[in-house]
Amino acid sequence: MDRLELHEASMLCSGHAACPGCIDALSVRHVLAMLGPDTMAVIPPSCMAIIAGPQPHSSLKFPVYQPTLEASAAAASGLRRALDAQGRRETTVIVLAGDGGTYDIGFQCLSSAAERNENFIYFCLDNEGYMNTGAQKSSSTPHYARTGSTPAGKTSRKKNMTEIMAAHGVPYVATASVGHLADLRRKVLRAKAMRGTRFITLLIPCLDGWGLADDAGLAAARLAVETGAFPLVEIEDGRHYTVNSAKTRPIGDYLALQRRYRHMDVEQVAALQSEVDDAWACLQRRAAPDNTVPA
Amino acid sequence: MNFPAARPVLLTGNHAVAWAARLARPKVAPVYPITPQTPVLELLTEFQARGEFDAEIITVESEHSVMSACIPASLAGVRVFTATASQGLLLMHELLHYAAGARAPIVMANVNRTVASPWAFWPDQTDSLAQRDTGWIQYYVETAQEALDTVLQAYRVAEQVLLPAMVNLDAFYVSHALEPVVVPSQALVDAYLPPFDPPHRLDTAHVESWGNVVSQDMFYRHRQAAEQAMARVPALAADADREWAERCGRSWGVVERYRCDGATSVIVTMGSMCGTARDAVDAMRDAGQAVGLVKLRLFRPLPVAALRAALAGVPEVVVLDRNHSPGIGGVLHQELRAALYGMPQAPRIHGLLAGVGGVNVPVDRICSFVRDVVGTPAVPESSWVR
Repeated sequence: MDRLELHEASMLCSGHAACPGCIDALSVRHVLAMLGPDTMAVIPPSCMAIIAGPQPHSSLKFPVYQPTLEASAAAASGLRRALDAQGRRETTVIVLAGDGGTYDIGFQCLSSAAERNENFIYFCLDNEGYMNTGAQKSSSTPHYARTGSTPAGKTSRKKNMTEIMAAHGVPYVATASVGHLADLRRKVLRAKAMRGTRFITLLIPCLDGWGLADDAGLAAARLAVETGAFPLVEIEDGRHYTVNSAKTRPIGDYLALQRRYRHMDVEQVAALQSEVDDAWACLQRRAAPDNTVPA
Repeated sequence: MNFPAARPVLLTGNHAVAWAARLARPKVAPVYPITPQTPVLELLTEFQARGEFDAEIITVESEHSVMSACIPASLAGVRVFTATASQGLLLMHELLHYAAGARAPIVMANVNRTVASPWAFWPDQTDSLAQRDTGWIQYYVETAQEALDTVLQAYRVAEQVLLPAMVNLDAFYVSHALEPVVVPSQALVDAYLPPFDPPHRLDTAHVESWGNVVSQDMFYRHRQAAEQAMARVPALAADADREWAERCGRSWGVVERYRCDGATSVIVTMGSMCGTARDAVDAMRDAGQAVGLVKLRLFRPLPVAALRAALAGVPEVVVLDRNHSPGIGGVLHQELRAALYGMPQAPRIHGLLAGVGGVNVPVDRICSFVRDVVGTPAVPESSWVR
């Protein structure tokens, strides 16, 4: 297993407001260390906005603009263009948004910014629900997961945001996990070196929202990848797929850690396994060298 | 394109606004089309395509994203311009509050158009008057020339108090009518409007953030500061107008009194209605009736002292409202009643809902409105007239 060591200067200060054991803070700490101080972040209402801290404090060592929940990509566009107009083209503009602010309410302006190929890196910190308001369902919530607004389990599947963003034909779309740190760091550096709209989804196991033990965040992050529930992929220009992970375990290993799946019966687990297998097969076809998705 | 000479050229109100925006040299201009504002957007993009307008134009997918992009661009320390109308303005509503709270001195033109439903495209000021509590400075203009001059004056004022400003022009009557307009030289505008250089900005060299959660006490003080900034606006708007007049000879005032000397009745209204009301005042004066006009150009902040001074000693006031707030009537009627409440020998105020939905209000109708209402008891409710 990778050792979670940070050799670069941390852009996230200690004393921030994340829950103990929070994977969001841990993930962002590594992402921001890769980006360095010449960075500006747009952070909509989300767990990350809480972690960024109340005024007059800030846990981040670079400027942060907190927009309204539905406006991150539009705000990042305005910020980016204002910096360009001042000749500050080397400053990296990033978004650190949750899945609610990305898959749901912020989707319209994100799609538009991607269509314009606006020059920023959008990080979706995907904890699969509205965790900051006490764990309600978003369109990123997986099939069968229990949330505050789906007490009997979600009846529809998780939206495939990676494919949707790739369909915009943007230069770079990727998934990453702090449980696979070397891969995460490589992807952030790769995205930083590119221009245009870059979109990276980080799966963020939420201890409270998923019903995980306080020390189980990283294990859940790794099992999500190893069971194929959250494959690690890169998609360049919407066409060139690379799969960076292998599916080596049954989905049950991942579900067993989480209280949000505890109500599932054997048939439901089998159905979910079938969904994961189908999605994995589809991804393999897209990534096959002789079967690159036509332009 | 050759720069128009100092002699007037024919421009629509929309194109006058676009010329003003070009002359103000904004660095970022997020835009989205909507009738009847679209010609503003189109002329700006044309200017840019010809290399005459050095701004980052962002063609976003909605007015909501227009204002969402405007705010951090302004906070990053550059001048920002946009334009909208009607539904677009309403879609921005959440962000209008946000922009004012963020103290981002964005200038936006709004073409006043009916608000659906039902769908319509006619002049009606309900769209912007419904935004009166958002914290934006609001101007209402009568002509294309005034629209051009006011956009520039609005920047001058907004950037001194760090509040956003909205310049409202009526659909079609102002936005699409061709009028002779003097386009000032770039040198004149550059001398009038210094580069935007705010004391705080989003900058990696001086790390400051905006938007983090605040305490109750901080929020309270933040609102107080905004009010203090608003309180400075009437005087600064008058200064900006006076300095503009010194450079190009045109002055519009904050509140204009037209033929009010000795008037026993005064019409109060905003926007293009003022042009018709001027003719009505002339006609009534010719007929021996002592009628004047008070044109309210600055609506937010409401220049209460100037309104009280303008209407002191006037026995009767007739408010013409081209807007409608269901349950209370005309917005200007009610605002004026509040502004003059408790004033010694306050005038009787008659509120008329005239021109709601863009219905035509010709000169002779204004004359008969005044004739019919003067001498009757003033009632709190606004009356529907046409």
